Amino acid sequence: MKNNNLIFSLLVVIAIFITSCGNGNKKQEVSEKQTETSSDAQGQSGVVDDVSAANALQVAKSIDDFSTLVAAIEAAGVEDAVVNVGPLTIFAPINAAFDKLPEGTVSSLLLPENKAKLAFILINHVAPANYPDTQLAKEAKKGRKLYMASGKYLIVEQKEDGLYVGGTKILKTVQVSNGWIHVIDNVLVPEE
Amino acid sequence: MKTIFKSLLAITVLSLVLSSCGNGGSEKGSQGALSSSAAEKVYVAPGEHDEFYAFVSGGFSGQLAVYGLPSGRLFKVIPVFSVDAEKAYGFNEETKPMLNTSHGFIPWDDSHHPDISQTAGELDGRYVFINGNNTPRIAKIDLTTFETTEIIEIPNSAGNHSSSFVTENTEYVVAGTRFSVPYPQKDMPIDEYKGNFKGALTFIAVDPKDGAMDIKFQIMMPGFNYDLSHPGRGDSHGWFFFTTYNTEEANSLLEVNASQNDKDFIAAINWKKIEEYVNNGGGTKAPAKYAHNVYDEETHAATTTMKDEIVIVNPSDVPGAIYFMPTPKSPHGCDVDPSGEYIVGSGKLAAELTIHSFSKMIKAIDEKKFDGDAYGIPILQYEATLAGSVKQPGLGPLHTEFDGKGNAYTTFFISSEVVKWKLGTWEVIDRKPTYYSVGHLMIPGGNSRKPFGKYVLAMNKITKDRYIPTGPEVTQSAQLYDISGDKMELLLDFPTIGEPHYAAGIPASILEANSKKIFKLEESKHKYVTKSEAEAKVVRDGNEVHIYMTMIRSHFAPDNIEGVQVGDKVYFHVTNLEQDYDVPHGIAMIGANTSELLIMPGQTETFIWEPKQIGVWPFYCTDFCSALHQEMQGYVRVSPKGSNVPLTYTLDGDAVDAE
Repeated sequence: MKNNNLIFSLLVVIAIFITSCGNGNKKQEVSEKQTETSSDAQGQSGVVDDVSAANALQVAKSIDDFSTLVAAIEAAGVEDAVVNVGPLTIFAPINAAFDKLPEGTVSSLLLPENKAKLAFILINHVAPANYPDTQLAKEAKKGRKLYMASGKYLIVEQKEDGLYVGGTKILKTVQVSNGWIHVIDNVLVPEE
Repeated sequence: MKTIFKSLLAITVLSLVLSSCGNGGSEKGSQGALSSSAAEKVYVAPGEHDEFYAFVSGGFSGQLAVYGLPSGRLFKVIPVFSVDAEKAYGFNEETKPMLNTSHGFIPWDDSHHPDISQTAGELDGRYVFINGNNTPRIAKIDLTTFETTEIIEIPNSAGNHSSSFVTENTEYVVAGTRFSVPYPQKDMPIDEYKGNFKGALTFIAVDPKDGAMDIKFQIMMPGFNYDLSHPGRGDSHGWFFFTTYNTEEANSLLEVNASQNDKDFIAAINWKKIEEYVNNGGGTKAPAKYAHNVYDEETHAATTTMKDEIVIVNPSDVPGAIYFMPTPKSPHGCDVDPSGEYIVGSGKLAAELTIHSFSKMIKAIDEKKFDGDAYGIPILQYEATLAGSVKQPGLGPLHTEFDGKGNAYTTFFISSEVVKWKLGTWEVIDRKPTYYSVGHLMIPGGNSRKPFGKYVLAMNKITKDRYIPTGPEVTQSAQLYDISGDKMELLLDFPTIGEPHYAAGIPASILEANSKKIFKLEESKHKYVTKSEAEAKVVRDGNEVHIYMTMIRSHFAPDNIEGVQVGDKVYFHVTNLEQDYDVPHGIAMIGANTSELLIMPGQTETFIWEPKQIGVWPFYCTDFCSALHQEMQGYVRVSPKGSNVPLTYTLDGDAVDAE
């Protein structure tokens, strides 16, 4: 009992000295700040910049017809890659393209356990290169294939009614701050 | 026995706890960050921003460095008075004119006292001004681009030291000469200095709209050394105060001969009265030769205008505008408190700090309490202006700043310390050592009505053993103290570029939102801008070849150029087409006798290459711009003089504008 008293009073004294160091409040503040930081922590896609020209993700988000693509990018967790300095050329399927896939495919791909598979399909639409439509026409003319971020190659062809990539027609081309978006209406599912 | 053991244990534990409170302060190193909360106070977590910007002059580097406080992290070195090969400042055709003077192009100077523009006595964060000491100049740095945008040379001045402090609405930035010189300059014996040399105090008007600088007038003072200065504020707004030394007017071995007088002066200048005199046609228009260099953000290029006239004011022509306040022993710092009432003079060799009272000065002037005159300028009686003095504060007082809570902080060079004292009672409250031999100190907003009294930054002249050694030359250092409590607490010690001579600090919240991200390509009025790849071209004009080149991730257009000949003067006018924040590109050409170019988005810069050897010579991007940065390169074919190889320029084998 005596011992307990001694230990108890010792603890009280220590506690007093610790708080009397007078940094208690500051410590509190700092640890709160750190918590805040870690929950906010994110990559380049979190950068707030309304001055620069819009990057690929910002452009995609601004167009309703890319809502499935944007949802897929977010589900696959590749947002940071598509805002990267690149340069990037993205063949971007519109919503109707996803609708053409067998029923249930999209909802299945959006499941967390299929994240890697989804990411692989998405990066098959991205070339780490600067390909405006004029350059794609040259690639077609010279018979050069496009090397995609998936590691696969896509063939680009110049047909009478326009440019085709991976067998699907490029409907429209948009310049973005970190490269190019070419709009397509088919999903370029990579061969296994 | 058992009880004794327990008591011993208790004492041991207690002493451990006690010592871990760690406000030892004077101990060096052993009691540091871990034992107090110093580490936490300077820790800025990854991705978090600092609370203050500190613009720390580089002294003999000639530049201005941007640090964050409290972290002490270096963010940028802004080239001002010295060339900077990294940023092509003074190397590219666009910025070469910034370093023009009446003596020609000068690649270096000694930058000393940054001061941030003010409105109504408070920091407004538009510009920071800084003086070049050696070839007298004042520079203005724009705080949206953090680039030097204007430099004006100060004629009739030498060792431009009591500069570049602003009045409380940035009506003027002042530049006072340290060395008096013959006026006008002439070939004369040096030992006829006394009575013949003059000290020019220059008032540079700052346009409230665009910040443009223009010398309004120059006061030709007696041939003393004008050391430092600060503006009045509040009731004393309209006055400016300058310390003087060498009132002995010695011209040799000043360390002895300029230390003879018991007191030198603080010159009190009623600039509003002189301004009115000049506005009414007063003063003499005199010939002078000085350069005015302006960088235009629209053309992305600087121009030099040589000016040839200045308005000179003779003190005796404006009675009642200038007075001398005797101040002991070669005063150095001349600091005005936030209220504008107290003017602190720090006699380098004095045993005490002298504080003058502005209201007593006005009363003494009204009551004509004079003690003779110097060259016709009335000398006020010492006791008549004296507010008080801080007794035995330390050795070698230099500079004082204020926390806005009634306290002043003064540096002492010889005793290496910062001393906190109270305005009005003049009592010393605290002292903390510095490592070593501190010069200036800085509290953000220190030269204003509203200081942000959370931190003081002490800038030291001597480093010795503070860091891991790097041979005979070691970095200089700055030390950060927390001044939010009664006692100062040393938090951080960090290395600086050049000599950290003085600094100006400002809350980051005032500047951050204004910081520019890119230059709009469509707004560029650069003479040689190329706004798209299709407009890229190469044009020959005699032996000059002008390459209009673009850069975008990850290629140059054109990237193959033929038809250049030995003896040509090849201009690379290179435009960065990017419109994306933080995507600069660089370019360097083998054998070019100049620096790289580092080009921000939307900007155009030019370098000159004069090929001396035939062959095929590569150029490449020097800034790691993108995933294909290593592919960003090109070739120029150089043929013998008179060769019939046609001038061609291509990209991927085609003309740049090919479909």
